Amino acid sequence: MNNSNQLASEFRARVIEMSYQAKAAHLASALSCVDIVAVLYNSVIRVDPKNPGWSERDRFILSKGHAATALYAALEFKKFINELDILSYGQEGSLLEEHPSPKLAGVEAATGSLGHGLPIGCGIALAGQIKNQTYRTFVLMSDGECNEGSVWEACLFGAANKLENLCVFVDFNKWQATGRSKDVLALEPLAEKFRSFGWIVHEIDGHDHSQLLHAIHAPYIGKSKPTMIVAHTVKGKGISFMEDDNNWHYRIPTLEEVGLAKKELGLS
Amino acid sequence: MRNAFAQAVIELSDVYPELVMLAGDIGNRLFDGLKEKYPNRFLNCGVAEANMTGVAAGLAASGMRPITYTITPFNTVRCLEQIRLDVCYPNLPVIIVGTGAGLSYAGLGATHHSMEDIALLRTLPNMHVVCPADPVEVKLAVADALRLSAPTYIRLGKKGEPNIHEIEPHFEIGKGIPIREGNDIALISVGNMLAEAVATADKLQMNGISAQVISLHTVKPLDQILLSSVFANKKLIVVLEEHALIGGASSAILEWGCDEGLDLSKLMRFGGPDRFLFACGGQKQARKIIGLTAENIAQKILVRMS
Repeated sequence: MNNSNQLASEFRARVIEMSYQAKAAHLASALSCVDIVAVLYNSVIRVDPKNPGWSERDRFILSKGHAATALYAALEFKKFINELDILSYGQEGSLLEEHPSPKLAGVEAATGSLGHGLPIGCGIALAGQIKNQTYRTFVLMSDGECNEGSVWEACLFGAANKLENLCVFVDFNKWQATGRSKDVLALEPLAEKFRSFGWIVHEIDGHDHSQLLHAIHAPYIGKSKPTMIVAHTVKGKGISFMEDDNNWHYRIPTLEEVGLAKKELGLS
Repeated sequence: MRNAFAQAVIELSDVYPELVMLAGDIGNRLFDGLKEKYPNRFLNCGVAEANMTGVAAGLAASGMRPITYTITPFNTVRCLEQIRLDVCYPNLPVIIVGTGAGLSYAGLGATHHSMEDIALLRTLPNMHVVCPADPVEVKLAVADALRLSAPTYIRLGKKGEPNIHEIEPHFEIGKGIPIREGNDIALISVGNMLAEAVATADKLQMNGISAQVISLHTVKPLDQILLSSVFANKKLIVVLEEHALIGGASSAILEWGCDEGLDLSKLMRFGGPDRFLFACGGQKQARKIIGLTAENIAQKILVRMS
């Protein structure tokens, strides 16, 4: 698959269908990070579904675990799971829970409680550094997640230990569960904060795949700094009646809305 | 205990090339031997215990054998959710070491007391809770935790405790160690109460009561075989722990004994009260305040036996 934009549309359709079928929330949160996930799994991350524990694999931690459906769409694309698994989402007996479980192959950490992914990612990146392995560690956080103190502890640690194989995204959709992220806590200026913590910082349009690729592949080897990609995004991206409407943090689409959304995606 | 711990880590770093020591801005000089041998396997993680625990989980998930180390409440209560989700849920081989457990740092105030750590950590699935009695057991506990390769919490005292064991006993996590034989009652000591337990047994002996002394260094999993034998053969089973009575080792024994249908009226418990301790001076004075002395324990046992 070379067209990651097409892949992102298919992921969007998947997360909408899953939200509808399981009556599960956080649809807009998944839609806002789909492009990041699609670009990573389409053309960056080296993983092997036949050998999920491959020690040289690149690691991806969806620290904003409430966007689990975006990860599941990617794991289906990479053949870690199949369509039947997708259909089982949220059902008894399914490892596809509303937040990712490390019991599911392809999931690197239990996320859903925010602020856990980055410290774990630091540890994984540090192990690679100690063992001279070449894998990269990718962590995807939400902007609301940056409320958590552990995020900033990990930022200090990543810089102190020069974890240059660590690449982190903030899906900066400007919302958290109950309000604008700049209003709930004083988040801005976010990119400046990471810069002052000693990270390489790229500030990009998180829905522009070429910008994403450019930032991911920007020079990092020998820089002795971890990379932070502050990806400006729109919550609910791709579906006109969901975009930047925080009601869709919790709302479940109706069958009619699923149809309308897929039509907008050109996938009806 | 903490010197024995550092020595064990330095020695075992040769045996386990994946061993990585993470410290929360304490014990800097303690690990000089490790830093000299393997400079990239000691990390001062700063005063950031949540991150340190997550880092340990990431290291363990990538084939390393991390040990986190700082003052007990900071390495347990402070980062409990990281222990729960990052370490225990994926069942990763992270060893969490708290120094200054119980009332070791009584004089530092309630911020540094740790009377709830056993209760909190033993509720976590996959977790092992180990409370070595003396420096000899500390060294053996670290070695066995590395062998075990599972989430393990090791609860240390401070520095300067005497060795109770004259020779190295067989040590296995989950298996208590009989220290002294006795026919009438059993004194089950948890962690650093062992010296008091031995002193209690001496006092009881003078009053004609023969007390077995056991070092129950593992609170989870409990040594059910040993405990079953003690409940079957002794008139009284006395548990001593420098930890709150709520949720500690004696609570664990009560839960287990209830499920087994044992006669729980045989159980007598000595531990901490359900309140914060303050203005209590050093460890010795603090123990006296809450009755964790051989004199008080022996006297209460004598009253009970009369």
